[in-house]
Amino acid sequence: MSSPLNLFGVAQRGMSAQLVRMNAAASNLANAGSVSGTEDGAYKPIRAVFSEDLDRASGLSTVAVAGVVREKAAAVRQHNPDHPLADENGDGWSAPVDENAEMVEMLEASRQYQNMVEALSTAKQLMLETMRMK
Amino acid sequence: MSQDLFGIHGKALELRSQRMGVLASNIANAGTPGYKARDIDFTAAIKAADAGASADQAAGAATLYRVPVMPSLDGNTVELQNEQLAFSENAVGYSTTLEFIRGRVDTVKRALRGD
Repeated sequence: MSSPLNLFGVAQRGMSAQLVRMNAAASNLANAGSVSGTEDGAYKPIRAVFSEDLDRASGLSTVAVAGVVREKAAAVRQHNPDHPLADENGDGWSAPVDENAEMVEMLEASRQYQNMVEALSTAKQLMLETMRMK
Repeated sequence: MSQDLFGIHGKALELRSQRMGVLASNIANAGTPGYKARDIDFTAAIKAADAGASADQAAGAATLYRVPVMPSLDGNTVELQNEQLAFSENAVGYSTTLEFIRGRVDTVKRALRGD
């Protein structure tokens, strides 16, 4: 980043990171229960990994999304011979998504997003008060 | 010049502003694995600034890692309620300092107008 980081940059990147996390959880929820014909083809939950991004010029540190990784959870085998995707044994492979864990993940992401907004609005209020002092 | 006009409040406002940035960084990194929360010891920083250090130097020397009440498994030491408390405490301090400065500005303005 060319210009030194300020509070707004910190908040903006923090909020973007939480949004990536929320999108990952939403993708997992959307794919919960999807069935595949092979074990490898089953949907694996994705998870955003955060890392600290320190700006030495200003001493502020913000969040960077280091990557979005796929979990190594094993697909759940379901015996369902009537399913069109079932293999010769009559098994299908469904996505190993834990809906409760994903809901908690979304809740946590949204709470941290809200915290960031709250902090930003307080900081903005103080900055405006300082600017308006004549 | 501004130091003479506003006394310690100029540097206090600068330090409050820097501390706000540090605390906002903590809040932003609440979900980052391995992140160590930092904070500026305001009392130590203002003492150093009063002794003649610049606001940047004073803030740098007084920046410490926070000791978590209950460390989490992923190495993150941000405890959101503490950060929010510190943030609001700092915001109140900022407003107070700003009010002192505003009072000084008003005094000078009244003296200039002569009423």
